[in-house]
Amino acid sequence: MKRRDLLKGLATVPVLGLFTYAWFKRRSYENYLRNNILDEIRLKATAPDFPETASSEKQIRLGIIGFGGRGKHLLRAAGFAHPRLIDDWKRSALQNSADKRYRDYLEQEDLNLVVNGVCDIFEPYGRMAQEAGANISRKGSGGETGPVPKRYRHYKDLIHAGDIDAVIIATPDHWHGPMAIEAAMAGKHIYLEKPMTWTVEETYTLREAVKNKDVVFQLGHQGRQTESYYKAREAIENKLLGKITLVEVTTNRNDPNGAWVYPIHEEASPETIDWDQFIGQAPYHPYSPERFFRWRCWWDYSTGLSGDLMTHEYDAMNQVLDLGIPASVVSSGGIYFFKDGRTVPDVLHTVMEYPHRDLSLVYSATLANNRKRGRVIMGHDASMELGNDLIIKADPNSTRYAEKIREGIIEPGQPLFAFSPGMQGVDAITTPTEKYFAGRGLLYTYRGGKWVDPTFLHIKEWLNCIRNGGSPSCNIDAGFEEAITAHMGTLAYRENRKVHWDAVNEKII
Amino acid sequence: MKYTKAQLGWLVILRVAIGWHFLYEGLVKLVNPNWSSMNYLLDSGGFLKSFFFSLASDPVLLNTVDLLNTWGLILVGMGLILGLMARPACVFGMIMLAFYYLSHPPFTGLKYDIPVEGNYLIINKTLIEMFALAILFVFPSSRFIGIDRFIKKRK
Repeated sequence: MKRRDLLKGLATVPVLGLFTYAWFKRRSYENYLRNNILDEIRLKATAPDFPETASSEKQIRLGIIGFGGRGKHLLRAAGFAHPRLIDDWKRSALQNSADKRYRDYLEQEDLNLVVNGVCDIFEPYGRMAQEAGANISRKGSGGETGPVPKRYRHYKDLIHAGDIDAVIIATPDHWHGPMAIEAAMAGKHIYLEKPMTWTVEETYTLREAVKNKDVVFQLGHQGRQTESYYKAREAIENKLLGKITLVEVTTNRNDPNGAWVYPIHEEASPETIDWDQFIGQAPYHPYSPERFFRWRCWWDYSTGLSGDLMTHEYDAMNQVLDLGIPASVVSSGGIYFFKDGRTVPDVLHTVMEYPHRDLSLVYSATLANNRKRGRVIMGHDASMELGNDLIIKADPNSTRYAEKIREGIIEPGQPLFAFSPGMQGVDAITTPTEKYFAGRGLLYTYRGGKWVDPTFLHIKEWLNCIRNGGSPSCNIDAGFEEAITAHMGTLAYRENRKVHWDAVNEKII
Repeated sequence: MKYTKAQLGWLVILRVAIGWHFLYEGLVKLVNPNWSSMNYLLDSGGFLKSFFFSLASDPVLLNTVDLLNTWGLILVGMGLILGLMARPACVFGMIMLAFYYLSHPPFTGLKYDIPVEGNYLIINKTLIEMFALAILFVFPSSRFIGIDRFIKKRK
């Protein structure tokens, strides 16, 4: 081979050398940024460790009271979906292979439960609850079923039944307290939908009953299972945000369903609805299907935005920040959009003060606009946006990060740290693509290729404590704080005054 | 085919530049353990949208796509820079670019979450890079400047 041939054949090889040089320069710059940030934040973006569940050998005998929207979801999360829902999922999976709800549901762990009793005061719902409770095979219509659970006409009979160990309560708010108190007194374990109570007095009675009777109590804030909240706690413990003085949480909805204008069931009539039992401790009102199906719109049965939606936000922040009951609360708002005869506001703002923590928690809700205002924890050094994903952005005037901002290592306003469930982890974000995806929360949102229903995890945690001892994450103390805070918000709105909490005497004043 | 020095020179420069771009894109993906084409695929639009969605929805398939994409970029990049099997590299490179283009075609009415740096109507930089590879395919340069020179000679 001629020398000229060799030179021409290998003429472009030096380009690879140049490339390698440029490559390592770029890599070392990125590593320098990454290591500097990691050094500063000392937080891994890997999933928090959840303790392995101990044995589930002992079968738990379940009863459910209330089989409306939430009751259906709870029983399904416990492993008993109504056959018709399974049919829908199957049909949808056949049309769209990306729809994995049916497959995921079949793979959902068996919690070793048997449904022995159901109670609903609306005829069709009671029937459906029986059909769901018997659907042990998860096969859909015509599939193998287990024994049909007994249907109770009155909740007290279900609670006192000898073959029921634990009850799920998913009734309107004004029934939460009486039913949970009855169950606790009867020594039954309780999973209760939020808010914990409808009146202030019930809150104390229920706490006492649960503690005296030593039953396992879980309040239905399934948000407690959100992975990112655990990460948020860790970040705050590591003081990544600096001194936190303001927390902003919101509800943003803009559709009739979100504003509790639910459809009225075609079979609704005074014959199919046990109206007197529905009224319970509420002021008497003649039969009204609107009030029965849309009960959240009236103070007579509901706790309004404060109990229904603020509690989710409050409980999340209580979980992350250990806030407890605020020293004082003010609320304002009104019925500005849904002028349909409702008595609860559709726009509400509640400000909760924590002077001993030097911070305010602000809740703001509208049911007539769904611009995502998010949930933000604001510190002197950084802000944290918290949803299923968690994103921390440094503040331009931060003291802690001042030097690194000056050096160009940390860019204020750009994600500094992000956590997303199911994602392997982006410890410190340095490349533009990573920043972009983190900022948009476009990272994966399910774990190991499977959607996990937080309600399933929340029920599982409750059952685990029943079998093996321990206290669930949203136990009676967390529930007490939730209920008192919600009541303070409601009282502040309805009485148009600043409501205080006397922590020594445990009294709202 | 006979080229003037300038013609051959610019063909080689174009080949090496595209090769450099491919190689860097491939290596970036290789060294980032968190990289996956999932977000890109799920952001797809246009008439092949459902095809790209189906690639993203199956974990095994997605893994294969990621692997093929990463190593495809690296090998095509090396091939173009070194002038080694440069014509097959052009073809594979064009196929890959066609997939990128078809998953995010800049047609009127289609919107994407992933930002693009520039304003495009039907023609974008991906398509231009694809056409440039077509030029390199029909005006081969690696048998003059590149390792292919040795392969050709031996025949």
